[in-house]
Order: sequence, then C-alpha cells, then structure tokens
Amino acid sequence: MLNLYINGDRYRIDLPGDTPLLWVLRDQLGLTGTKFGCGEGLCGACTVHIDGEAARACQTPISTLNDKEVTTIEGLSPRGDHPLQKAWVAEEVPQCGYCQCGMIMSAAALLKKKPKPSETEIDQALAGNLCRCGTYNRIRKAVQRAALPVGKQGGLK
Amino acid sequence: MNPNKPASVRPLSPARRDFLKVSAALGGGLLLAFYLPGRARGAGSAAPFAPNAWLRIASDGGITILVDKSEMGQGVMTALPMLLAEELDADWNKVRAEFAPAGPEYKHPWFGVQGTGGSTSVRVGWEPLRKAGAAAREMLVAAAAKKWRVDPATCHSDRGFVLHPKSKRKASYGELAAAAAALPVPAEPKLKETKHFKLIGKSRPRLDTPAKVRGQAQFGMDVKLPGMLIAAAARSPVLGGKLKSFSAEKVKALPGVRYVVEISNGVAVVGTSYWAALKGREALGLEWEAGPLATLDSAGLSAKFQELMGTPGLVAKAIGDAKTAMAAGKHLEADYEVPYLAHACMEPMNCTAWVKPEGVELWVGTQGQSSCQITAAKITGLKPEQVKVNTTYLGGGFGRRFAQDFVAEAVEIAKAVGKPVKLVFSREDDLRAAHYRPATLTRLAAGLDAEGKPLALAIKTVGPSIMAAAFPSAIKDGLDSTAVEGLADQPYAVPNFSTEWVRHEAGVPVWFWRSVGHSQNAFAMEGFIDELAHAAGKDPFEFRRALLGAQPKARAVLELAAAKAGWGKPLPKGQARGIAVHESFGSWVAQVAEVSLENQRIRVHRVICAVDCGQVVNPDTIVAQMESGIAFGLSAALHGAITLKDGRVQQGNFHDYPILRMGEMPKVEVFLAPSGGTLGGVGEPGTPPIAPAVANALFALTGKRLRKLPLAL
Repeated sequence: MLNLYINGDRYRIDLPGDTPLLWVLRDQLGLTGTKFGCGEGLCGACTVHIDGEAARACQTPISTLNDKEVTTIEGLSPRGDHPLQKAWVAEEVPQCGYCQCGMIMSAAALLKKKPKPSETEIDQALAGNLCRCGTYNRIRKAVQRAALPVGKQGGLK
Repeated sequence: MNPNKPASVRPLSPARRDFLKVSAALGGGLLLAFYLPGRARGAGSAAPFAPNAWLRIASDGGITILVDKSEMGQGVMTALPMLLAEELDADWNKVRAEFAPAGPEYKHPWFGVQGTGGSTSVRVGWEPLRKAGAAAREMLVAAAAKKWRVDPATCHSDRGFVLHPKSKRKASYGELAAAAAALPVPAEPKLKETKHFKLIGKSRPRLDTPAKVRGQAQFGMDVKLPGMLIAAAARSPVLGGKLKSFSAEKVKALPGVRYVVEISNGVAVVGTSYWAALKGREALGLEWEAGPLATLDSAGLSAKFQELMGTPGLVAKAIGDAKTAMAAGKHLEADYEVPYLAHACMEPMNCTAWVKPEGVELWVGTQGQSSCQITAAKITGLKPEQVKVNTTYLGGGFGRRFAQDFVAEAVEIAKAVGKPVKLVFSREDDLRAAHYRPATLTRLAAGLDAEGKPLALAIKTVGPSIMAAAFPSAIKDGLDSTAVEGLADQPYAVPNFSTEWVRHEAGVPVWFWRSVGHSQNAFAMEGFIDELAHAAGKDPFEFRRALLGAQPKARAVLELAAAKAGWGKPLPKGQARGIAVHESFGSWVAQVAEVSLENQRIRVHRVICAVDCGQVVNPDTIVAQMESGIAFGLSAALHGAITLKDGRVQQGNFHDYPILRMGEMPKVEVFLAPSGGTLGGVGEPGTPPIAPAVANALFALTGKRLRKLPLAL
C-alpha cells in the first residue's frame, strides 16, 4: 500500500510498485488531462509536478511517490485559470491540443523557479515537450505573457 | 469524487491537506468531473427547432451547431459554426459546437462518405452551412412576423433576436424556436453579400481552446466507460509476417490481465489498465513467421527505384515534345529522393469499441466516420447503420486517422470479449503500423535556351499508389493522381512538358500524409526550378516570376512573400534565403526561408509565408495552419525518415524518429492574400513549400544542392 497525494486528495494505492504514475492517473483515477504520448519520457505529454518539480509521469513508478505531492493539469488551478492557462487562451495556442497540458505543466514549473524567463530559458525548459502541430511560437509567447504583471496578461475570453 | 474509482485505489480523506499548495484543487476536481467539454448544455436533442442536420435551437436560446468534420487541430470546430452562425445572425456567445454523429446526412459531397481530409472542410461547408443558417433565420423571422401579424420584410434579425422596428417589438430565437419549427424550410434562402459578414473574416477565439488548456477535451485516448477494459496488441515485427505461436496461459495469470485474444494482425492482451495489458503483451512468448517482405531494406528499395527509372512510365501529362525539344538547349538533369514518413500524431492510434448483438458503438478520433461504420459492420456481420460512431477530439490526424487498422483491431477484440474495450497503440506500435508517406524517386530533366528560358521539362517519378489502398476507384486509367500532383500540374510556362509515373509497389503500405503527393513533389519541382534559375544565371525569385505570367495567383503570393522577406536585401553574415511557391488543395503558398549553419547543423531562423486561399473565414486559424504546416514540413525536411532493414521498420520512438523541437522552430510570419472567388484549403498547403525553400536557401548559402530528404550537408 502506498500513500499518494494527488491534487490535494490522498489515495491509498494497492498496485504493483513499478506501475507508472501515468497509468494510475489515467486508467485508475480518470485524470486524463495527463497524456500518453511516448511512454519513454521523450515527448513531455505526461508532464506533472512532483513536489513542485516537472516530471514525466510515464517514467515515474508509483513506488517512488510515497508521501509525495503530485499535481496534474486538473489540479494546477482551481478553475482552470492559472496565468498560463489564461495566456494559452489569449495567444490561441492549441491546435489538436494533445500536448498542451504537458506544455503548460512544464511551463508552470519553469515560472515557479524563474518568474521572468528569457526566450532561451523557455526553449530549454520546454525542449523535452513535443508539439506535432508546431505551436511552439505561440507557446513561447504565451509563457512570456503569463510572466507579465497581473493585469497585463490578458485572460480567458 | 470519482464514480469509476476501482477498489485498488481508495481515497482515504476527501478533505484537502492543509499544507497543499494547490488551493481548492478538490473543488476544481469536482467541477471538472461533471463538465463535459465540447458538449452543448441546454440545447440537446430535445431542442424544439432543428431545421437541418447541423442546427438545434433550444427554447432558452442556446444554439448548438453540429460539426460533421473531425477536429484535429485545424479549427473546424470553430470555423464551420462561424459559417452557419453568420447567416443565422446568431449571438456568437450562445453558440456551442458539438460533434455530429455518423450519418448519411453528413456525407462529404466530394468523397461520397463522411470524412475529413484533403483540406476540404471549409471548402465544402461554405455553401451548405451558410444556407442552413440562412434558412433557419428566414424561418425565425417568418415565425415572428406571423406572431406579430406583420410583413416579414419589415422585420430583421440581429444577434439572436428578430426585431420589428416600427412596433418596437423584439423576440429572441429561443422564444421563436417552437413556432419556427412548424414552418416550411425554405429551399433557396437568401445569402448575405460578403460585405455584410459580421463573423466571417474576423478572427474568433477557437471554441475548443478553454477545454484543451484545462485537460478537459476528450480525446479517443481519454474515453472511459463503465466496465471498459484496455487492450494492447502485438503485431508482426516484420512487415507482412504472420503469427506462428504464443502462450496465453502464463499471461492470463498476470495481475490485471483479463483476456488474451488472437486477432487478424496478431494477439491482443486485454486488461484492467493499459499497463497491465502492456506487461501481459511482453510475456506472450511470441513467434512470428516472416513473410515475403523479410528481405526488404531501404538501400535495396533505393536501388530498385533507380533501376525502374530506366523503364517507361505512364504518361500523366504531355505538352509538345519535351524529349526532342530538350536536345536543342543546355541540358540539366537531377534526381530527387524522399523517404517513407510516419505521421507521428501526438496521440497514438486508439479506438474504443463495444460490440453488442443489436449494434456496435465506437468512440474514436477518426477522420472517416463512414469507413468506421463499414469496418465494424464487416467484422460483426451487422449493417453499417447499426454502428454508432462517437467522434472524439483527434490528437493530430494528418491523414493517419482516415485509416482503419486500429478500428478493425478494436472491433475484433471487443467482439471476442463482449465488453467495451479500448485498444491503445504504444508509440512504437504507432510508428511501425505501416501507413507511410511513400518513398519516391523523381528525375527532372530540362533544356534551357541561350537566354536561360526553359525549352522543355520532362519529369518522371517512381513510387507507389496511395489510392490503390485507400480509394481504388480514384485511380483513373491506371493513374493515381496523388503520385504526380504538384508535378503534372506545375505552374511554370514551359512549351514542351511531360510527366510520367512509374508505379512500384514495394510492399510497404502507404497512406495519405499531410499534403499527400505534394509533400514530396514540391520538393522536387521547386528544387529543380531553383537549379534552372541558377543554371540560367538568374535570381531564383525573378526566374520564377518571369515564368508565372499566366499564373496571377502564384505570382501574387510569390511577390508578396519576397517583398515581406526583403528579398535581395542583405542578411546577417552566414545566413541565406531560399524561396518556393506551390499550389495544393486549391491554395497558393509562397515561402521564403532564412537559414544558416550552426556547427554544421541546419538552422532555420525565419520563414515568411504568403497564402491565397480564396476566402478567409477565421483568419487566425489560417495563420495557425500555415505555422503548423511549416513545422510539419520542417520536421520532414530536417529529421524525418522511416527506414527498413530485414523487413522491419527501424524507428520506434521520438529518439530515432525526431520531430521538430521548440528550439528549432523558426520565427514565422504569415501574410494572407485572399484573391476572392473559390475557396482553397488551409490544413495542408503550408507544408509543401518549406522543404524546397530551406534546400534552396542552403544552396544559396553553401553552393551545395541537396536533393534528398531529410536534408544533410
């Protein structure tokens, strides 16, 4: 039995310890905002926060998570109005949208550490997140927008 | 909190932990659990006014527009409702978009089946959706006029209301819905003049964005049904191989595994989670029998193409006598070669199927709803109309999701199991489930006169037929037009011109890949034109321009892109420009790429893109599609190659099938230059010009002509 803390809820999990967090989130808990893209930590679609740090859920066996806090896209903000989510809407970032939750989670971890990241820092922080629709330029702009002082960020329309 | 939570995962404390930084996460979670993205609320099937297949108006004024095309990022979920809402004079804020079911009323007028592809959605929706909105509007106006006993001509509509200014009366569409439903549907409603458009032509935020940034948009991968199981299938690692043996007993005993099912393509392990199914698959002890393709390899295929280049092809186009005319001038000849490519949609292929005696239900991100019905009907012996297709959001399509392999497998498994089953491809399954952009070899030969003008151009391309697998009836007189599109219809004025196709089926399954034949043919055509320009001692932009006198649209986008890029003006040291122009799917696109080499790595700094798609519906979506098409084409130009050895696909995941990363994305500037008239597509036309624009820029930079993709110096 493992204690898992996900988006503020505590769960006791009775599954093999090598089960990746990704499949517990998706198949057991129905938290499907965390996406499966590659299963090898190569695409970033499954990015979550573990104790505040960006991590790939597909590469995280649940055995490593005892007493750790996991945040998924569903728990990033109470009403889906994190500055990054608002900026994503303002910049019209998503196309197919599949990679975007992972992008936002990676960007959120970056902004926590570096509230005013440079373009290079954004590119580096998101280098492991792939977008097949090629929305990268809008992602970069959205991260920059979210880093602006509150009030200048634009918002959910 | 979660009704589907199994016993193995129990929340001990529903209360929020004190130290948790993410405040109100539980509340958010509850909110999300009951929110159904993409589904209209308050305007469901009980709507009193449903004058056609696309529109429902509820008595509370809620407007639901059914979208019969699949949303795979190209923006149809917003652009198509805009068409209808424009003529309806709807209040855009009350418009909700919902995916249409599969049905004959949604048949694509060009394809004859329901489906999304060929950059056609807005093109084919343009008239019927506007007429659907206009007819409903006329009925609402008539209903109001009848109620008020006034002449309908004295009423008008505005943002969800019918107004009668003279008597200062006003009624909402919701109030009028029931009465309007009793009126006849006008067959030829009057459409607005373009100048009166309020929605069309102005950027509207995409309706699907909020759900997509909150993780609420439901993709096929996210489908969860009560009692649903999840499957992973094993297929032959060698193309065309057959299953010899496997051991199910040990696998069935593994935790979470419920069934092991033999299917046409191999074996499926069905379990309570994908992880359980994957672990089960690893333990199958599979043995395969290699089929006739076990010796296939990419080097051999390349040699075979060269050999076939010497054989006569099917003539797709002939003007004058290219071969004779060529002999008179300066002769140039070049071979352009491209590899197989996978689509690599971010969402791997998947399909959820539930086979019941009375019918099949599918939940799937598909580009071909009718094909899904036919696929499931064939496997179950039911009729296509007994197959209900629930279309989800598509995590990328690019043509791949027109295919039926994952649907057929899901139905086979679900039929065997008798429960709802979600079949999920791993990334490796996805890249290896052969549906590739064809590898081709194209030879171009030309003769230039003393002034550098082309006297003759002869093109021969060797490759397979996509249509033979996808839509055999599209092959006319032996010719698959997708093999020569962008070659046979090249725009430059050349008095003697020919295009031939040598069909070669290597046994590697091929499929539609964003921009189809244009994806490789533009690279050959626009690369070779650039070669001719340099051989003629002309500027590549001016050389093209001079040959496009009879092609005003091509010339306009070429000139616009060149002007916006500052063609001819100096660039920073170590950078160079290349240009390309190409028509596909009814739209003209010109691109100028600015490149440099950084430690011998190709770096694309900026791309200037001009597009003429005739009419503009949602401008920002067109910009986004150009950006996207460029990124997609750049992935192919810089990285993409599926190769074969001993009949096996050598690539498996993003480490050996890389796609463009954030740091590689150039700045992109898009300029819309709609010339009016017939609409062109936008989903695909941004892709073809980028590879040649980059290759041409690299020639300008290094003097080295690159004729093979992916580009390597």
